[in-house]
Amino acid sequence: MQEFDVLVIGGGHAGVEAACASARMGARTALVSFDLGAIGAMSCNPAIGGLGKGHLVREVDALDGVIGRAADAGAIHYRMLNRSKGSAVWGPRVQADRVRFKAEVQRIVRDQANLTLVEGEAAALVLSSGRVAGLELAGGATLHAKRVILCTGTFLGGVLFRGEERFEGGRIGENAATRLAQQLRGADLPMARLKTGTPPRLDGRTIDWASLPEQPSDDESWTMSALSEGRVNPQVFCAITRTTMQSHDIIRKNLHRSPLFSGAIDAAGPRYCPSIEDKIHRFGDRDGHQVFLEPEGLDTHLVYPNGISTSLPVDVQHAMVRSMPGLERVEIVEPGYAVEYDHVDPRALTPDLQLRAIPGLYCAGQINGTTGYEEAAAQGLVAGFSAAGDALGTAPPKLDRANSYIAVMVDDLTLQGVTEPYRMLTSRAEYRLRLRANNVSSRLTGLGVAAGCVSDERRQWYERREERRARFAAIFSREVAAKELADHGLNVRRDAGLKRIEEWLRHDGIDLAALEEWLGDGLNEDAALAQEMAEDAAYAPYLARQEAELQDLRASEGLVLAPDFPYSRIPGLSNEMVERLTKASPPTLAAAGRVPGVTPAALAAVLVHARRLEAEKSDPSQRAA
Amino acid sequence: MSEGPVERSTIVALSSGAPPAAIGVIRVSGPGAGLALHELAGALPEPRRARLATLRDRQGRALDEALILWFPGERSVTGEDLAEFHCHGGRAVIDAVQRALVALPGFHLAEAGEFTRRAFANGRIDLSEAEGLGDLLAAETELQRAAALASAQGAVSDQVGQWREAVLKLSAQVEAALDFSDEDDVSELPEGFTQILRDLCEALGEWLDRPRSEKLGEGFRVALAGPPNTGKSTLFNALVESEAAITSSIAGTTRDAIERNVAIDGVPFSFVDTAGLRADSEDEIEVIGIDRARAELKRADVVLWLGDEGEGPDGAWEIAPRSDAPDFARKGLARFTLSAATGEGLVPLKRALVAAARDNLPKPGEAALNARQHLLLSEARAALQSAQAAKDPLIIGEELRLVRLAFDRLIGRTTTEDMLDALFGRFCIGK
Repeated sequence: MQEFDVLVIGGGHAGVEAACASARMGARTALVSFDLGAIGAMSCNPAIGGLGKGHLVREVDALDGVIGRAADAGAIHYRMLNRSKGSAVWGPRVQADRVRFKAEVQRIVRDQANLTLVEGEAAALVLSSGRVAGLELAGGATLHAKRVILCTGTFLGGVLFRGEERFEGGRIGENAATRLAQQLRGADLPMARLKTGTPPRLDGRTIDWASLPEQPSDDESWTMSALSEGRVNPQVFCAITRTTMQSHDIIRKNLHRSPLFSGAIDAAGPRYCPSIEDKIHRFGDRDGHQVFLEPEGLDTHLVYPNGISTSLPVDVQHAMVRSMPGLERVEIVEPGYAVEYDHVDPRALTPDLQLRAIPGLYCAGQINGTTGYEEAAAQGLVAGFSAAGDALGTAPPKLDRANSYIAVMVDDLTLQGVTEPYRMLTSRAEYRLRLRANNVSSRLTGLGVAAGCVSDERRQWYERREERRARFAAIFSREVAAKELADHGLNVRRDAGLKRIEEWLRHDGIDLAALEEWLGDGLNEDAALAQEMAEDAAYAPYLARQEAELQDLRASEGLVLAPDFPYSRIPGLSNEMVERLTKASPPTLAAAGRVPGVTPAALAAVLVHARRLEAEKSDPSQRAA
Repeated sequence: MSEGPVERSTIVALSSGAPPAAIGVIRVSGPGAGLALHELAGALPEPRRARLATLRDRQGRALDEALILWFPGERSVTGEDLAEFHCHGGRAVIDAVQRALVALPGFHLAEAGEFTRRAFANGRIDLSEAEGLGDLLAAETELQRAAALASAQGAVSDQVGQWREAVLKLSAQVEAALDFSDEDDVSELPEGFTQILRDLCEALGEWLDRPRSEKLGEGFRVALAGPPNTGKSTLFNALVESEAAITSSIAGTTRDAIERNVAIDGVPFSFVDTAGLRADSEDEIEVIGIDRARAELKRADVVLWLGDEGEGPDGAWEIAPRSDAPDFARKGLARFTLSAATGEGLVPLKRALVAAARDNLPKPGEAALNARQHLLLSEARAALQSAQAAKDPLIIGEELRLVRLAFDRLIGRTTTEDMLDALFGRFCIGK
């Protein structure tokens, strides 16, 4: 009989981060997986990062997570999305070689102290007076732990659809954890179904690459992880093709054979990443949709056609891909399919991702209704920190909407729930200007150091960086006269007087390069940090305004609403408001304001009632008959 | 409410003006309102129907003959059970009825604004409606009442709600450009985007340029000015219809500015009598008064100039006073010739002042912004202007977020307690 502080079920992106985060905090942790060899597998697109998602990867990395380092180890194509916009919405994205990515994840997991790997099927939870006590494996063995983190992805009640075909299981070739699913259903948790999909995999040797426009890897040297040394793999080209009117005709003629349209799947799919049949159905007037042909690795001929996820029958998939330029003779190696799966309504979770109904049971990843490796990894991190913190009696890093996309996501999920698979978008973050993908270390690593959940290597790296920051700050506060700048041809008024470099950086058209003359070479030792500080300076007026806003917010964050807050007894609160608030169970008044559909009047009523309860608590005589 | 919350108390207050008056309306709101009717009047009347009843205290002593009204919960103005006692307006009667009510269990006298606060808390009104209601109850003139009523009926919230929708659409376009630019379904900002921003700015500007609701409270400001002993105070007294200012034939009698608020034809005025302007005074106090007078001339909406022709400030109305005096000196271009002592010529002056004031005050029935709303709307407009100037969609997105934030604060979407306290603290008790 083995005893652990924290058990993690599942070896996908959520499970790996949860297990490693818990172990880094110092908790005795075990990771349970069907197949230890599958730990770190990328089940869908071999890309990591992107708009919003790149922020999550960098944030997880800043707290010493796994995904950023593994992405760099596997990366064969780097691209910074949205580069023409302000840097707060830049989206770092890599394509990773599946084999190399997985190998790096496995290396990190095996090297991680405090972490035991257990191969076996998680059969059922062991409960004791309603609390989690451990996990029963399929062979009958039991692992004891007061905290279990479910990172089971689409394995819960997963059904695969391809045309008229049906398979059970989360991914082709693996079993669905149906017993565990039945147990969770029995616990009367609020659950729902969602769907996701994947495109057919193509044989790259049958693609006419020469006829297609190329998309090369960025030639800068940026990496996903702050600790990565640079680019370790040869970089490959992607190519771009398009669907044609002929492809659309083929799809339209066979729509009735797609489980999405035949009625077999009625769960909601992601609006942001629709299947090709959805795209044709909804945007019928378009003459073509872009398709990125992304090589899956250096040692494989597999190519991932990004943009045509589908569950049409195999013969239709063939006809469709062959109607696109460059793919006239293409062979499909593995056809695309759709997956319909169970997820827990995330409003049933506390902000530390624990199920309110079953203390000790945490959920992270797709099981909470999200889509994407990055979203899964970020939740795994939160659940791992929370469970370990609970076991050890220590506080995990304090994440909130003003310091991380991770907290934005957790807050959105637990307050608003999901109606479609949740994907991170930069527009979900209200303090976007301060939450940049390039300032994650400044935002989060210090919190990680304080909470004791980052390695020595990262701590030392961070401390050296903070020393540089102090030196750079002195340079940024040097004063330069407007006349001098004007003499150098910069567009400023000559009589604008003496200003600090950080103030000049707010002017349109003045950046670090323009100020080189006055900066000297002191910033050369860390160009990325210099750039980050220059952006802070440029955005300073906005950041200052947000700071004022945040003070108001923190005041209402200070008003705590207990989980059993009696919404139904607040006079005048409509049944609809009572239901919304009860379901979301917002931890504070500020959170109540973010529950969708809650009206100003309802919020005011909650405020007044909360104050009254507080007053009664401190002075029972105020309680009237 | 039959299943009302147990912890809610019942509040009592005199809702009509201070006694003695013809009637005194005592309002009771809360779960005990029905009990109050039972205890004092013996039974509940039919909902929303007035009934005559004899009010008695616990010992059975008759307190008053009163009209009683019963408004069961949820649909009442406060959203909870409500009773009204329309008593005779004598101080002793009202005191006796109130005493009998607060003796009931769970009853207490209402705090300032508590009735409206409950209406707000119970979702009966939103924030700007509550503000309008506050103004409505404080309104002393017909014009003030009409403007406050428009606000209480939600004119401001409705308008802001529409603007908010428009900005939300613009935000969605910006966010699409930011989050989906790498997908080929979304391109850059659509054409006409900046035009919509400009139109919105103009619409906000039109509201911001309107006379403010405080102007209704403060009144149209008319200053009387001129050298010493030209009859300013006499005219002032005639206009405000009281002996507010001391008049004498001694030059320099008025040393400080005196202000009186009156309504003429339902229009609020604030008349200011000022110290006579002269350069040679050696009286220290009079000199201070003269400085104040000059400041008042700047602040006034209209200056009535009683001195020599052309000597007054620009735009002042030339007045030739004392048309009854034997030594009356006619002004060549006087706008009004009058005698405050006999009343001759006063009516045309008043009529002209009312006309000028109507142009400068919120129009009847048109919602006006108060200081808080004006400030937030100005913030929104400033952010809209910055959004027009910005090139980076990221900054445009941030500015539009600030616009929405200002709108949300305006209609109370982001409620903070300080604001609620400030708002409800200014109501009279019982409203």
